[in-house]
Amino acid sequence: MHKRVLFRARWLPYVLVAPQIVITLLFFIWPAIRAVEQSFLRQDPFGLRTSFVWLENYARLFADAAYYHSLGVTAVFSLSVTLLSMALALLFAVMADRAVRGATIYRTLYVAPYAIAPIVAGVLWLFLFQPTVGILAYALNQSGIAWNFRLDGGQAMLLVVIAAAWKQIAYNFLFFLAGLQAIPKSLIEAAAIDGAGPARRFWTIIFPLLTPTTFFLMVVNIVYAFFDTFAVIDAVTSGGPGAPGATNILVYKVYNDGFVGLDLGGSSAQSVVLMVIVIALTVVQFRYIEKKVHY
Amino acid sequence: MATVDIRAVRKTYPGLPFEVIKGIDCAIADGELLVMLGPSGCGKSTLLRMVAGLERISQGEIAIAGRVVNDLEPKDRNIAMVFQNYALYPHMSVYANMSYGLRIQRLPKAEIDRRVRDAAAILELEPFLQRKPRALSGGQRQRVAMGRAIVREPDVFLFDEPLSNLDAKLRTQMRVEIKRLQQRLATTSLYVTHDQVEAMTLADRLMVMRDGVAEQIGTPMEVYTHPATVFVGGFIGAPAMNFLQGEVAEGGAVRLPGGVALPAGTAAPGQAGRPVTVGIRPEHLAPAGEGVPGLPVTLTVDLAEALGADTLVHGRLAGTDTSLIARLAGHVQARSGEAMALTVTDGAWHLFDVESGRRLADTVGRLAKPAA
Ligand SMILES: Nc1ncnc2c1ncn2[C@@H]1O[C@H](COP(=O)(O)OP(=O)(O)OP(=O)(O)O)[C@@H](O)[C@H]1O
Ligand SMILES: [Mg+2]
Repeated sequence: MHKRVLFRARWLPYVLVAPQIVITLLFFIWPAIRAVEQSFLRQDPFGLRTSFVWLENYARLFADAAYYHSLGVTAVFSLSVTLLSMALALLFAVMADRAVRGATIYRTLYVAPYAIAPIVAGVLWLFLFQPTVGILAYALNQSGIAWNFRLDGGQAMLLVVIAAAWKQIAYNFLFFLAGLQAIPKSLIEAAAIDGAGPARRFWTIIFPLLTPTTFFLMVVNIVYAFFDTFAVIDAVTSGGPGAPGATNILVYKVYNDGFVGLDLGGSSAQSVVLMVIVIALTVVQFRYIEKKVHY
Repeated sequence: MATVDIRAVRKTYPGLPFEVIKGIDCAIADGELLVMLGPSGCGKSTLLRMVAGLERISQGEIAIAGRVVNDLEPKDRNIAMVFQNYALYPHMSVYANMSYGLRIQRLPKAEIDRRVRDAAAILELEPFLQRKPRALSGGQRQRVAMGRAIVREPDVFLFDEPLSNLDAKLRTQMRVEIKRLQQRLATTSLYVTHDQVEAMTLADRLMVMRDGVAEQIGTPMEVYTHPATVFVGGFIGAPAMNFLQGEVAEGGAVRLPGGVALPAGTAAPGQAGRPVTVGIRPEHLAPAGEGVPGLPVTLTVDLAEALGADTLVHGRLAGTDTSLIARLAGHVQARSGEAMALTVTDGAWHLFDVESGRRLADTVGRLAKPAA
């Protein structure tokens, strides 16, 4: 149902949405335009001369092995974060859904991490796994695992994945729990009478019915892993270790190349590519949420 | 083929301070359809769900086909259930819904296909087999739910208000279909409803429940002609039975308000002075002078409702404020304030103990008795 609000004064609705539009223009649209503009330019390191280079920045980007490396790292990173955080969140949600009475307590506990800023989450995990003083790192070393994510790219990736996924579990949990609670109990009972055990009930009834939620969360999580994990990477690994950067995901590379490497044009080209990706994801999300995945 | 035995079953929900089922005994014969009828919250669903295995049995035992099932999972009880909201799997086609249980049993594909198509033919669901439930009407969904129960060929069907989400016309139609189907398959069935017409027409036997107690178990006619308690008398029949306060006089006559008395021998002798509740059904009142033998009473009319076939006359027993409803033929005219001479059909009265509400003597001997 669409509700229509009627305003007596024709200008009133415009005034009401104006602040939002101004903010969007100022902080989203304007920087985006500047990024596109910048991606066609090249500056000398001192910012004294700027020249228009057409698509050269893009051409260099797509010829750069480091860029493809970063793309691969991003793919591994975001898929791992998405899978890990969603799987754990679903597991917790199923458990919380069973314990109906305790649900509010569980909910509060599980949701707590979401209120924590990414940088704090990153620092927290950093402390735990810090090779020299981290308590979990100490435990790992004691048990014979040579733990040093400062040197081992695989370990570094594992750590940032855990740190990034941990924070997102709370969000996913809430949606999964709501999804589970929206499934009529009688469906589960009917399946139980039809002879399905708990595992089969989950995979043939519950999980398919959660598809819309799962799909929505998948897009949200990928977007999160792509763009909102900058602070986690920055705090924990700074894109390292190693030369191409074992955890150097695309957003981090944008920052690194632009603000550390001072290649503003190349960095802008990268962020334009990222922008295209996020727009594509959003379009996919809106398309499917509205049509397809309504079993 | 299976019997269901419910023995001294009790149920307490954790966190509820009172018992929801307070000791129910009932033996359901093979192929019988038992309807559980009662007001909302009386524990009908709870009892049914205990038979299904969806609720634990707190005390007592339930046996299906002679085997005690207290500790068996629902899937091991060989029952099928039809839910009020149908509980169809929304992401599966009608075919997949109906075959779900059979696929779990790992029956051969051909056997599954045969059973589903047979059931679909019986229920006229063939054109819809590939549709999803959301593309079906309420009545069709209801039939799919029935189909899903039939294909399993269970020992017992359990129905929890399967028709209450349908409109009145469809409900009547489905009621007939269910009855026909149940007779054809001769599967033992337990059927929960709070609709008394549904209960009367479907039941082989009726269990009238109140507050977790089975007030009466009997054939629909027994329950109608010999209600065991005031509650049953008032619950079965529309409009509800009239209740009057009476007192036993010499010789077993019963004095009613307004100087009317039921004839000597109505109550057991030697009880003079005992207060009793007298129940008279509205349909057992008729205009005087129509040749029906019985007890003459005078009604001061308050209001007449013409329903077409019948006219309901609300009034008071002349000279008292005891209210009475009479169900008379449609052509009868009655005006407010008028005094109307009526006859209570001879013997069509029921005596109940005032305290316990239990039925006293067999007072309806002269009404047609059901063939036991
Ligand atoms: N899971 C439960 N936990 C606690 N109490 C319950 C539960 N299920 C039912 N009850 C209570 O048990 C009593 C009987 O409920 P039940 O559902 O059996 O009634 P019903 O006769 O089927 O009523 P209706 O006609 O409204 O469906 C009610 O007082 C209800 O509140
Ligand atoms: Mg119920």
